[in-house]
Amino acid sequence: MTDKTINVQINGQVHQAAPGETILEVAKRAGVRIPTLCYHEALESVGACRLCTVEITHPDWKGWKGYVTSCLYQVEDGLQVETDSADVREIRKTLLDLLLARCPKSDVIQKLAAQYGVKSTSFKENEDDTVCILCGLCVRVCAVKGCHAIGVGGRGIEKLIAKPFNQPPPDCIGCASCAHICPTGAIPFEDVNGVRKIWGHEFPMVRCEECGEPIMPEKQLAFEANKASLDPSYFTVCAACSQKKTVQTIKTAFDMRSIGVADEAPAGR
Amino acid sequence: MRIDSVKSLDSAAKTARKQREKIKTEVLVCAGTGCLANGSLEVMEALQSAVKKKELDVKLALGLKTTGCHGFCEQGPLVVIQPKGVFYKGVKAKDVDAIVEKTLVGGETIERLLYKDPNTRKRVEQYAAIPFYGKQQRIALRNIGRIDPADIEDYFAVGGYAGLAKALDKMMPEDVVDEISKANLRGRGGGGFPAGRKWKTCRNAPDEPKYVLCNADEGDPGAFMDRSICEGDPHAVIEGMIIGAYAVGAHAGYIYVREEYPLAVKHLQRALDDARERGLLGENILGSDFSYDIKIARGGGAFVCGESSALMKSVAGEIGEPRAKYVHSVLRGLRDMPTVLNNVETWANVPWIIAEGADKFTEHGTKGSPGTKAFSLVGKVKNTGLVEVDMGVTLREVIYGVGGGIIGDRPFKAVQTGGPSGGCLPEDKLDLPVDFDTLTDAGSMMGSGGMIVMDDRTCMVDTARYFLKFLVDESCGKCIPCREGVHQLHEMLEAICRGEGKPDYIEKIEALSDVIVKASLCALGKSAPNPVLSTLRYFRHEYEEHINERKCRAGVCRDLFEFKISEETCTGCGACVKACPVDAIVGELKSLHVIEEPKCTRCGACRNVCRFDAVEVV
Repeated sequence: MTDKTINVQINGQVHQAAPGETILEVAKRAGVRIPTLCYHEALESVGACRLCTVEITHPDWKGWKGYVTSCLYQVEDGLQVETDSADVREIRKTLLDLLLARCPKSDVIQKLAAQYGVKSTSFKENEDDTVCILCGLCVRVCAVKGCHAIGVGGRGIEKLIAKPFNQPPPDCIGCASCAHICPTGAIPFEDVNGVRKIWGHEFPMVRCEECGEPIMPEKQLAFEANKASLDPSYFTVCAACSQKKTVQTIKTAFDMRSIGVADEAPAGR
Repeated sequence: MRIDSVKSLDSAAKTARKQREKIKTEVLVCAGTGCLANGSLEVMEALQSAVKKKELDVKLALGLKTTGCHGFCEQGPLVVIQPKGVFYKGVKAKDVDAIVEKTLVGGETIERLLYKDPNTRKRVEQYAAIPFYGKQQRIALRNIGRIDPADIEDYFAVGGYAGLAKALDKMMPEDVVDEISKANLRGRGGGGFPAGRKWKTCRNAPDEPKYVLCNADEGDPGAFMDRSICEGDPHAVIEGMIIGAYAVGAHAGYIYVREEYPLAVKHLQRALDDARERGLLGENILGSDFSYDIKIARGGGAFVCGESSALMKSVAGEIGEPRAKYVHSVLRGLRDMPTVLNNVETWANVPWIIAEGADKFTEHGTKGSPGTKAFSLVGKVKNTGLVEVDMGVTLREVIYGVGGGIIGDRPFKAVQTGGPSGGCLPEDKLDLPVDFDTLTDAGSMMGSGGMIVMDDRTCMVDTARYFLKFLVDESCGKCIPCREGVHQLHEMLEAICRGEGKPDYIEKIEALSDVIVKASLCALGKSAPNPVLSTLRYFRHEYEEHINERKCRAGVCRDLFEFKISEETCTGCGACVKACPVDAIVGELKSLHVIEEPKCTRCGACRNVCRFDAVEVV
């Protein structure tokens, strides 16, 4: 907390926050659950899914209340937030009803919708079996990674997560961050026989020198090494073997100390 | 030739005026997009060669000029002869010889080219005597149709850049902000936000650099006010922006104009180049220490890019999607820097206010909405075109006064204002004064100034469906309520228009609209349900008829009505028989005609041609 601590009321309870914090951040810390789909703490928020909408008012606002996305709205002193009022629940219920119409096959959406009492959509169901809700997390994580391999195309109901010219994206390194961050599992990928298949690419993978398991696509390794200014040989063992090796090193050092060898090491080490 | 001081601007204006005074007769040919499409350039070429052949330009001290839109697009191509003020409409190249011989040489008017008032059925000779023009009050459109937009000298001659000179010479930037605040100039792009307050916030913002932008991304179907200003008086917009930049302390700016407006882009570019060459743009404007330059950013024609944050993203080369504006773009706008964005019409008002003074501006309009507003008056109205009236005049005065009433004197049903996200107002709202606050209270909005008039043959459910379809296509798709919600609203309206509406649809539409309004990210989404909400508010019975009785009494939704020829009124004239494209009407001349229902496609051609209103909707 900085010295400019501000007080925010969430569902009647006063919580302290720092200037610049969003409602969602304060709520999380206070243990108040607000559902989200397009939010990720490592990425810039965009307010696309609107699921984290909350009701706000302020003693100075003369009774005016508004609905804002908690992932973007920065708290101010005296702000009063309702995260689960009847209006907020109605908004979320409708949003999930709409999402269920778009992605009737998505189990994530089905479960979330059920929490708000939506068992089946009351709207016209989408005929294809997409589970993509167009939250854009994949595009944002790809950009943060530094690749910008995928983007959004089209607009409105025709909008889609797009590859350039609908070809396997040339800038894709096969890291699969997009697939891992996707809240509904809409981006398929598989590792088969040391080859990663994603976005129409087949990336050969580097194998661990110790155990022979595939680590990551060769293209990703080159990209990461270059970005971190490390020698590519830095990444020659997999995470599990690297862990094992580290443990082994510590163990050896410990064993040497126990037999008195370590005493010969220079002081201060 | 650089103009490096206020004094030399004065003398440039004097020279330009003297040049104009030498001309005894001026022929103004409208070269706005509407008249161009009707062949006004051919008229101009024919005039030029006819005049040259007879050396009339010298003999009669004749000046020929192409101008921006005169506004009366429906009657184009338009030719106005000054100083007499003779107004010719529908002029073709073949009429040119007659115009030269009779009017220019002989001094008489050509009856058949004069405008005929549809209400009095009389020919009107004088420009100003035509009700369409006589009832207007022009500030933003003050020069359009009077000057050649491609000629900066012409703009000088009508007092162009005098507002800028006054601002730079006699006013501190704060004084300019105060003057605009005093005039209470409200944003003409739709929001009606006070420009002075916006400028002040930007001026006081600590970050640098600041930007001053112009929104020329007019995207409402049927709206062409901003296009006409850019085409017909581009310097007014540029001058306004320079004054604005001086007031807020900006040194760079953009005009965001849609690529579909090629003539506007061309004239703006030409005007920018000319202004820069004269030292009115760029470094040390008019010899002062103030510098500001403008670039054109061309938009690809996305409606959403008219929204301020999406526009700024598009200018910066990113995808034109709005962002949440919990921090206003005036503080964090283009490239996250303080930015003033006003639309074309707002900017065009600025030089006038500075030159003439805020007090003169507030003589027009109402207390809450001073000044004038330009509208594109379209639909089932006799005089369609570009109109500028004082704020606070009633809708009735615009539609029946300037617009001359409904085509064929049919009953008025509704007027749609505010573009696709505006609303439809019924007859009992016709006496409402047109200003920002009144229209919003009535469930519609001012918007950028589209005004679509509808008669009794318009189905309000179908109208709402049309506008929602537009919004489904133009939603950027970023947020769920707008992308999925408006799509589902549209699906329900489609079903209602097909006769497949269910009894709970009205309730469902209202509930979904409520969430879309509350939860959408930007103003486009928040206002997207307006077409359906306003028609539900005033024309609920039509929805109920469509759903419960499967009837469209306006005769628009083809699955929900049949045409029948009335035995009492049919004269057997045969007009409908000729008009029917599928030969579905039978009957001998002078005896009752009958529509063969299975063949009829319900296109309405018979109803449109029948002079006796004998084709009925059943």
